[in-house]
Amino acid sequence: MKSYVLGAVSGLAIVASTAASAGPEAEVLHYWTSGGEAKSVAVLQEEFASNGGTWTDMPVAGGGGDAAMTALRARVLSGNAPTAVQLKGPAIQEWYEEGVLADITAVAEANNWADVLPASIAGHMKCEDTWCAAPVNVHRVDWIWANADVLNANGIAMPTTWDEFNAAAEKLQAAGIIPLAHGGQAWQDATVFEAVALGILGADGFRKAFVDLDIDTLKSDEMVAVFDQMRTMRGFVDDNFSGRDWNLATAMVMNGEAAFQIMGDWAKGEFLAAGKAPGEDFLCASTPGEGFLYNVDSFAMFDVDGDDKKAGQELLAKLVVGQNFQKVFNLNKGSIPARTDVSLDEFDSCALLSADDMQASSDSGSLLPSYAHGMAMRGAQAGAITDVVTAHFNSDMSSQEAVEMLANAVANSL
Amino acid sequence: MTKWLEEHTPKLVLAPSFVAIMIFVYGFIAWTAWVSFTRSRLLPKYEIEGLIQYERLMASPRWETALNNLFVFGALFIIIAMVLGLLLAILLDQNIRTEGAIRTIYLYPMALSMIVTGTAWKWILNPGLGLEAMIRGWGFESFTFDWLVNPDMAIYTVVIAAIWQSSGFVMALFLAGLRSVDQEIIRAAQVDGIPTWRVYTAIIIPSMAPIFLSAFIVLSHLAIKSFDLVIALTGGGPGYATDLPATYMYAMAFSRGDIGQAASSAMIMMMVVFAIVVPYLYSELRSKDD
Repeated sequence: MKSYVLGAVSGLAIVASTAASAGPEAEVLHYWTSGGEAKSVAVLQEEFASNGGTWTDMPVAGGGGDAAMTALRARVLSGNAPTAVQLKGPAIQEWYEEGVLADITAVAEANNWADVLPASIAGHMKCEDTWCAAPVNVHRVDWIWANADVLNANGIAMPTTWDEFNAAAEKLQAAGIIPLAHGGQAWQDATVFEAVALGILGADGFRKAFVDLDIDTLKSDEMVAVFDQMRTMRGFVDDNFSGRDWNLATAMVMNGEAAFQIMGDWAKGEFLAAGKAPGEDFLCASTPGEGFLYNVDSFAMFDVDGDDKKAGQELLAKLVVGQNFQKVFNLNKGSIPARTDVSLDEFDSCALLSADDMQASSDSGSLLPSYAHGMAMRGAQAGAITDVVTAHFNSDMSSQEAVEMLANAVANSL
Repeated sequence: MTKWLEEHTPKLVLAPSFVAIMIFVYGFIAWTAWVSFTRSRLLPKYEIEGLIQYERLMASPRWETALNNLFVFGALFIIIAMVLGLLLAILLDQNIRTEGAIRTIYLYPMALSMIVTGTAWKWILNPGLGLEAMIRGWGFESFTFDWLVNPDMAIYTVVIAAIWQSSGFVMALFLAGLRSVDQEIIRAAQVDGIPTWRVYTAIIIPSMAPIFLSAFIVLSHLAIKSFDLVIALTGGGPGYATDLPATYMYAMAFSRGDIGQAASSAMIMMMVVFAIVVPYLYSELRSKDD
């Protein structure tokens, strides 16, 4: 009796599993759970379904992706990895070294990814010689946002050098306006720091310091100057900045309480959601200095068993880099498409500026990965640098001390 | 058969929980210890590399801050919560009429989660929103209370919130202790005309020594595993000024992909707990033998 029941149950299970596995399948782990982001993912889901695929959504909210990474670790350790995972930067290569990523070179070559993606962004999608991830968007990090009315009323133009920024900030401060809206969270400190570092070190210096982790550059006089500028910036922030969320800082710029904010282009979404128009109510410009710091979201493809899942993986990779998804997703998210041949007619002026700058900096070799957003180096090193940056910004540590600490922290984290 | 069952039932009943504890507590402690000697990053690896993770830990200024914070926070939290709890218990022990209601009020913070406590105190202590803004609004323009955003003082705000949360519970512990003191002795002392403060310092408090020990053990393990309060109140900030070992471990394990560091910091935390608990267990076991 017992064995009969068991047999019937397992028979049913086989029937059920064959019934469900008609066509491409993908289980996608991501942490796009907030309003605009969830809408963007829904676009991909629909497109995937209309191509005959079965999408299993696995959104894990919280901790800026920390919770999702914990879920991923558990899945990989139990030998049951999701088909595709929202991963970015060197984390992709880190997972590749654990030997769990799939090879999607066939899709990439069939769709000419090498020709349509900027070379330095394509580099992040490759594991040794194979393609293992598909890029979704490009966020620019080194933006400075400003309240147009406040700048007009005080006769200030968008600064193009850090000295101009300092002069403008002092003028604003005298007029009783908070010059820089900032939230005292470690990653926000790091975001401002890398924008300053790009301006002062230049593209080559930035690459040496934060991509190659060259100790001499980390200890150089220019780096001391970067920390000096950070100390100056500290004076332009209001007293109550500690722990403030970035969107509250954006709101301060919006309502004229503060003049500037240095933040990635997700801040644009806040302005637009509040009905503000770029160029009229708020201004966007790259932070002083040459270069472009990018933060690219991507889907890494994990090794999965079964033809249905492999087919799903390939379909997903194709759709993600496809022109339609790149356009619709990025319109929703405020970033720009990773591929350079998408029509930008419907994008706003800030996005157009971002796309132009990306092309120009890609040609001149100053298209650089953002360290503060986990694109330039691995978590342990980036974290070690952020520790020093935030400790310096939030205390009265001297720049010289900070530079020494920076070099030690990086050496200790390797 | 029944005799066999009689003999073995206790063992059989206890076996599952014994096995579960062996695996899920001691087994995983051993696993963590093993990992702390490896160079694990994103996923655990098992090749022993020696003490490298502990060396990195000792060289990390952030860990130093976390450990210092633990001692500052732990010492102040335990001492103040115990003193305050004892004081409240003694005051409540004066046969006042509404004792039941007051006791509930003081015990109530314990019913809140640390996250709620942390968030509420974050608002109260926020200079632009809470206490400072309110008192300035009354006209005292020069009033400053910015501990929450001052890296040198922020750890004390964690102490304040933790004491607010726990002193009512300590009060309840002490109150139970006060009630369990033999009333005959106290009456005898009163008959002899001994003043009340002497009754407390010479008779009641010394006879409550075991309660002090329990309160100390409960509070110290609360202090060592403090995590959610810091996350809600300061997020470890400003900078990493209010990091505690538990938040350090979380950052390493879950944000930075540095499992080796997380494991070694967890081992140090466990050793701190052992340093407190082992003497306690030792004294407990010895007193039973006597």
